[in-house]
Amino acid sequence: MLKIVGYPDRYSVAPGEEIAFKISLEEGETFEARLVRVVNGDCNPAGPGLKFPHIPTEIDGIHAGKPQRIDAGSYMVATELPAVAAQTFSFLGFVWPTMPGRGEQVIAAQWDPATQAGFQIGIGDEGRLSLTVGDGSGGTETVRVDHPMLERQWYQIAVTFDPPSGEFTLDQRPLIPYAVVRDHGQYRGRIRLEVQAPPVAFYLAGRPDSDGTVGHHFDGKIDGPILLSGVRTHADHDGLLAGSAPQDVVTARIAHWDFSREIESVNAIDIGPSGRHGRLMQMPARAMKGHNWTGEEQAWPNKPEHYGAVHFHHDDIYDAQWETSVSLSIPDDLKSGAYALHAWSGDSDETATRETYIPFFVRPPRDKAKRGKRPPVLVLAPTMSYLSYCNHAEHITARGAERQMGRLLTFGHTDLYMYDHPELGGSHYDTHADGSGVCYSSRLRPNLNFSPRYHSWLGGPGSALYQYNADTHLFDWLDHKGVDYDLITDEDLHEEGYDLLADYRIVITGTHPEYHSTAMWDGMKAWIDRGGRLMYMGGNGWYWRIGFHKTEPGVIEVRRAEDGIRTWAAEPGEYYQSFNGEFGGLWRRIGRAPNVMAGVGFIAQGFDISTFYRRAPDADHPRAAFIFKDVPDEIIGDFGLVGGGAAGIELDCISANLGGPPNMLRLASSDGHSAMMMLVNEEFGVVPPNLGGDQNERVHADLAFGETPSGGALFATSSIAWCGSLSHNDYDNNVSRITWNVLERFLDETPFV
Amino acid sequence: MVYKIDPEIDRHYIEEFRQKPIGAHSPGLQRLLNTMRHDPSGKQVVLVCKRPFEEWVLGLMPADRREPIAIEDGPVFTDIEEAEWEVFRRRWRLLTGESINRPLRD
Repeated sequence: MLKIVGYPDRYSVAPGEEIAFKISLEEGETFEARLVRVVNGDCNPAGPGLKFPHIPTEIDGIHAGKPQRIDAGSYMVATELPAVAAQTFSFLGFVWPTMPGRGEQVIAAQWDPATQAGFQIGIGDEGRLSLTVGDGSGGTETVRVDHPMLERQWYQIAVTFDPPSGEFTLDQRPLIPYAVVRDHGQYRGRIRLEVQAPPVAFYLAGRPDSDGTVGHHFDGKIDGPILLSGVRTHADHDGLLAGSAPQDVVTARIAHWDFSREIESVNAIDIGPSGRHGRLMQMPARAMKGHNWTGEEQAWPNKPEHYGAVHFHHDDIYDAQWETSVSLSIPDDLKSGAYALHAWSGDSDETATRETYIPFFVRPPRDKAKRGKRPPVLVLAPTMSYLSYCNHAEHITARGAERQMGRLLTFGHTDLYMYDHPELGGSHYDTHADGSGVCYSSRLRPNLNFSPRYHSWLGGPGSALYQYNADTHLFDWLDHKGVDYDLITDEDLHEEGYDLLADYRIVITGTHPEYHSTAMWDGMKAWIDRGGRLMYMGGNGWYWRIGFHKTEPGVIEVRRAEDGIRTWAAEPGEYYQSFNGEFGGLWRRIGRAPNVMAGVGFIAQGFDISTFYRRAPDADHPRAAFIFKDVPDEIIGDFGLVGGGAAGIELDCISANLGGPPNMLRLASSDGHSAMMMLVNEEFGVVPPNLGGDQNERVHADLAFGETPSGGALFATSSIAWCGSLSHNDYDNNVSRITWNVLERFLDETPFV
Repeated sequence: MVYKIDPEIDRHYIEEFRQKPIGAHSPGLQRLLNTMRHDPSGKQVVLVCKRPFEEWVLGLMPADRREPIAIEDGPVFTDIEEAEWEVFRRRWRLLTGESINRPLRD
């Protein structure tokens, strides 16, 4: 189990800037810290071993620490409301509960937890609409309708309360009635309690607890919530939404939140006269289909009034909001590259890990004038792929993972901690507790599998590395070869685009650069089209489109739209990204297959073992002679730390008709795959009976090279496992030689054509 | 109909798995493993690492995440494939009532 965890306030930092680390201690009151460069994060004794050179800085030493917790769960808060229950009021809205049986959940509340004063409207007791009121002296009273709501059905709710008389009405009306099912509830009565109306903030989908957290979250969608004075009905609600309500109803509005406004933001716009806008906290899902969605429009920007719902989850998390434990000013002369804060609070043993490496990257100075002469090589750290996989927990939440891996699921201390702490939030591969997909992922929280020393259940047998730690095999090889390089992150590329790449001759990717925003994609393509030389060192790159939030830092969105390897699927009509209105999903479905960028594209995945490449005829083409200098071998990469070979995990190949350049040379193709290496689903329309690599000739990786018309070139390893083979035999092997031959020629300024 | 394990037919694949627990398998062994690796109770056997690259034990992850993972004290495995073999033998016994009293490989 982990006794110390943390996260940085940014993944990329420039010399002269400050980076803050937020750390939680499970035991003790102090920890030691130091800065290290991350060269190799793989402790597999079959490999070169861990390499974390210490960089002395002012943070070396002991720091104070304490436990820090995460208050997960999304909600809306509006602070400018009067004490609503001081007069007769009504709450009208639509709800679509996704976990009606989970227990007491608050839909709307104005509640003082210290005095137990105010009101709460919610569902409880298997999902029955309820009203709870408090007298401010600890006395509460709850009333409910008779029948529970069904899961994932729309209900129009109307709750009225008249404090002087205590009279209330509860009305829970399903929009679609079903025979034999009793989910319509009406209850009218009188509450005897003398209710206190505190002038505190108003909440949707949760309410404050006395410990300062917000709890009792509602799981599901809320659409069209309106607070009015007086006793109002469903008909009044319908009239307000249709713009046909009589003036006495219109003027009775205390607040009328329209979630179809400013969907790209975290603002909840009150379209009533008082402008009592709310703020959506911890990133509930927006651009969600409302109660009135018909299917006539799939793109919310074209008809936002059909997307007036917000989907709240009790396990949403945007910002852990931990206090800073230690900050570091990046020295002006610190070399660009991969670094980590190494923090420890004691000795580790079989039951507990008391050290952590919190990774980050040092980029070149932001000010071009201060950059001076830079090396020609740039490493692009796929941080948005690391973020998309943040706390990837399919091994915990998805049964069937062992079948998929073809081997037992391995749990280290990190995985056991992840199991016990669902409040960390999931990855883009996980689902919320209510079964809906996690479409937002934020770096303002611990990212447990973005760490040196993490061995992944998903990585191939042997080192079992995937994503960041697998990329340290590349850092290690570059270090061993003495390659001078700069490093930027995906987020840097998103923010600065082509200009940030323009001064570099070579870009080297990580092992799995899967997630790209439009700005990232455009920047990279512009650079390639202007003579850039791309060394694509992995597999399944440029696959999913992501969106960055326009105002909230460090969070990205993916919509698992109509195709691709998906661990969950977006609801029909919810394929457009809420952060920017773009059509989400596979870049391939947007007309930009990975092949357009890299000359190869995703073809197969399998996690049991990795295999080797067999030399192909193009290896002997004069255009490829430089690649195979001193490599006469027929078999390439039949060794490696990730699955035992250079071809594994996820594979790409050259494909016709996907927009890739026609001049790609197929230098070698992988062979010997098992039945568990399977064709990906965007590659077939009719499910073939021969999905596995033991029977399907299309299941293979193509080692590929091609020149671009502007003098640049593309080199693709087409396999996530490639970099795991670089260090074999003290870095003297055909995978390392081929990679070096390519880099050496790419460093030569002579144009390829 | 979903395949049901038949000891008379599937006993044939025990030896293949014993020799190579991880890697390419024959279609018959793969069908057997796909069947064995499904637990309708929602529980999941996992491999818990005690010392990276040195020692592992088995654990049982419950269907409900609110319940703790039950981690075994032993046996302690020094080779992941030994653990695969142990899990295979346990599942075979559970599904067929037969014990396999052979070590991993020869």
